[in-house]
Amino acid sequence: MQQRTPIEEQIDLPFVESLRISFQSLKIRFGRSIITTAGITLGIAFLVSVWTNNEIGLALQESGRQSAINTFEETTEKGISTKDIWLIVMSLIVCVVGIANSMLMAVTERFREIGTMKCLGALDGFVVRLFLLESGFQGFSGALIGALIGTLGAVLLGLKDYGLDLFFYFPLLPAQPEDGTMRLGVIVVILLGCILGMILAVIGSSFPAWRAAKLPPAEAMRTEV
Amino acid sequence: MADIVVKTEDVVKEYRMGSNILRALDGINIEIERGEYISLMGPSGSGKSTLFNMIGALDRPTEGQVYIDGQNMSQLSQRQIAAFRCHRVGYIFQSYNLLHVRSAHGNVTLPMIFAGIPEKQRNEKAEQLLDLVGLGDRMYHLPDELSGGQRQRVAIARALANDPSIVLADEPTANLDTITGREIIDLIKRLNTDQGVTVISATHDLKMLDVSDRIVDIRDGLVERVRNRDEIDIEVGEVGGEGH
Ligand SMILES: Nc1ncnc2c1ncn2[C@@H]1O[C@H](COP(=O)(O)OP(=O)(O)O)[C@@H](O)[C@H]1O
Ligand SMILES: [Mg+2]
Repeated sequence: MQQRTPIEEQIDLPFVESLRISFQSLKIRFGRSIITTAGITLGIAFLVSVWTNNEIGLALQESGRQSAINTFEETTEKGISTKDIWLIVMSLIVCVVGIANSMLMAVTERFREIGTMKCLGALDGFVVRLFLLESGFQGFSGALIGALIGTLGAVLLGLKDYGLDLFFYFPLLPAQPEDGTMRLGVIVVILLGCILGMILAVIGSSFPAWRAAKLPPAEAMRTEV
Repeated sequence: MADIVVKTEDVVKEYRMGSNILRALDGINIEIERGEYISLMGPSGSGKSTLFNMIGALDRPTEGQVYIDGQNMSQLSQRQIAAFRCHRVGYIFQSYNLLHVRSAHGNVTLPMIFAGIPEKQRNEKAEQLLDLVGLGDRMYHLPDELSGGQRQRVAIARALANDPSIVLADEPTANLDTITGREIIDLIKRLNTDQGVTVISATHDLKMLDVSDRIVDIRDGLVERVRNRDEIDIEVGEVGGEGH
């Protein structure tokens, strides 16, 4: 009988258990996970396609090709035009807002689950870790697929504009042309897209999860979605 | 000397909604003995769930103290509160609150995972508990594949996972038909008599009357009266007599 024994301190869960619980959760709610992940994929695909398209344009412009120069009629000087900067900034905003929104929705509909887990003895930190793992995995896979789709889109557009020359001058790796500016290259753009998608997904999910985890369980469980 | 498991001292709970303050509990004083089956009765909105949340450390009172096993709940750390919910109390809710991503078995093992019980041991315990509540043949079904009564049985098995000394049930039969509700009440009563678990149940289901040791009538956030077993018997008799 545990009569009048002082109340002990709750233990931390081994990492492997957290990992198992988060993967199980992703697996069972597969359909819903795919929708959330698709939100990330779309945002990153848009950003990476605009960005890669820009890299391709610059690379071919520097190669001195006639058609390339024609396509860049609006360009005042060599380098990125204001329109391109605007496009990239816009796509970045769409990407941030889209991912934050889809993660926020995914967490909000699970407030009740968070409250229930706390009733069963979950520490606030466990709840946050669970969402961190789930969203990190979703963020990485979603962003990787998005970056590849975006690159593919930019390549197809480039083929239409520059034909097979595209592959000859393809800006795969970072480069530093004579004018001293820096070209990221497509690989770096893909990498940055993946990292950005993952960071946005993790922040977008663990911040609301942290807020939900701090609520008393009674309040978290009251939320109806 | 009576062994008091739960004691509340002038518990007040206020909810703030904009500029309005709603006083859901207006100074509750109750003492519950170990092994009792207590029903908190009262109309909808009288404060039963709010009191349930205070006793179960699911929310903090605005004023007053709650003591469980002599421990003042307001003095516990976050980790102690989590351990308290994990080991000392089993919760049963009106809407079951199962995790729908985990099977019946997975729901029952979760509190044991939080308690750090080794895998083999917790799997066996989950099977044993699901057998006990009559779900031995549906262990690996997801909650969505179970009926209301079956879900509530899973919730009961889950509540028992870490051998709590108190089971808190908030209207456990409210979403069930009469016969299923009766079965759930009998199951909870059986835990009370066979395993000596203290049961505290909020309800307005009159079927709960004849299994309760005491009934605490709650009205407008106050304890209106406390009735004992023998007083209840008389009333149940009267109710039964009126029908003839
Ligand atoms: N989180 C909350 N915020 C605001 N009001 C609440 C909240 N929880 C309960 N109440 C109010 O407190 C009163 C008591 O509610 P509750 O304890 O749920 O009653 P019961 O369980 O007896 O039906 C009701 O008037 C209800 O509307
Ligand atoms: Mg209620």
